[in-house]
Amino acid sequence: MNAGDRLPPLEIPITRTLIVAGAIASRDYQDVHHDPELARQKGSPDIFMNILTTNGLVGRYITDHFGPRAQLRRVAIRLGAPNRPGDTMVLTGTVEEVDGDTATVRIVGANGLGDHVTGTVTVRVPAGAGEGLSTGAGGDSV
Amino acid sequence: MSGEPEVHEEFEARLKAYEGLPAAATGVGRDPVNEPMIRHWCEAMGDTSPAYTGPDAIAPPTMLQAWTMAGLTRRPERTAAYDELLALLDASGHDAVVATDCAQEYLRPLRPGDAITFDSVIESVSGRKTTKLGAGYFVTTRTDVRAGGELAGIHRFRILKYAPAHRPSAPAERRPRPVVNRDNAGFWEGVARHELLIQRCTACDTLRFPWLPGCNTCGSPDWDTVAASGEGTVYSYVVMHHPPFPAFEPPYAVGLIELAEGVRIVSNVVGVPYDKVRIGMPVRLEFQRYDDELVLPVFQGVTS
Repeated sequence: MNAGDRLPPLEIPITRTLIVAGAIASRDYQDVHHDPELARQKGSPDIFMNILTTNGLVGRYITDHFGPRAQLRRVAIRLGAPNRPGDTMVLTGTVEEVDGDTATVRIVGANGLGDHVTGTVTVRVPAGAGEGLSTGAGGDSV
Repeated sequence: MSGEPEVHEEFEARLKAYEGLPAAATGVGRDPVNEPMIRHWCEAMGDTSPAYTGPDAIAPPTMLQAWTMAGLTRRPERTAAYDELLALLDASGHDAVVATDCAQEYLRPLRPGDAITFDSVIESVSGRKTTKLGAGYFVTTRTDVRAGGELAGIHRFRILKYAPAHRPSAPAERRPRPVVNRDNAGFWEGVARHELLIQRCTACDTLRFPWLPGCNTCGSPDWDTVAASGEGTVYSYVVMHHPPFPAFEPPYAVGLIELAEGVRIVSNVVGVPYDKVRIGMPVRLEFQRYDDELVLPVFQGVTS
């Protein structure tokens, strides 16, 4: 794995079930994440995904790719266009930097409205774990 | 809140005073880190990583915040300072909330059985920002999450407290009806003919508005009327933001208009943005129809 490498995209259908299941699994009972009528009263045409679910999906995207031994060190995300039912979010990632066994990946999750999420993930991938990282500048993938 | 910058500054100074204060003090996770909540999380996320199951399971690191959530229960750990800050924003019309940023650092993995405690501080409150959702303020908190007393993760969270720019249009409410009585009926008859009638005392020639049964200068009950030319200036004004009233869409400017004849009338200033209305601005009378029954005199702002 080298700086500049692209991760294969992950397509996530944004269903009402995913939004509600994610909100409840994260213990987030804000009405805008499960009640369409109250969401409308707050200016949104429908319910929308909570940030904790987005965070969980971004984490999953990275560990799905780097394997179960990969360790998330940092996940920093910013939300933009909301994830609403019926949409599809496509997560893409680009390795920005590799430092020893640690990679920084820039991620984008785009839906029909624009970028739902942008951010960076720092992940440690111990040698021999799943998708290896290059051992140094210009080194071969292991 | 008003459109005046100095008012924003004063309000922002009040908000800024909360920076550095605790937002949550010694919160205790409602549940220790546990397998059922991990499994429910993984089901929702579609996360099948073997790292989160079995005897050596860890919790998905991105669950960090979930262990601090109050769910449907009260939040005893939340401080009065944080409640006050949110209440200030609510009361100023910024009653909607959306999370915008989350940055988490994971220092050590959480495992089933770990008891969670956390402390949170209000890191910053932004100035007023205009966003697609509406104008509002960003509030950033930093939460240190501990497992068995040991720092396990740092969770930085930013919310936007905003006044929704696109509230759904309520069912159209009709403007309140004027109260018409013996003393002011002539005024409303004039409005119906698109005339703004000022009373004039026939004993001392003093003009008066609004309509009254007698002259405040000489006491005479006798009067006739003069039709206003329609020219005037903004003598004073307020901008209504909050609270909203049925049939009135905030923000809007309410003007005290001084007519060329010298009397003053309260009315809406229309045709110019609410935040462009100024004292001394020339205005011109118009009659605006609000529904099949109601016509009101309003004043069109004349911008140079």
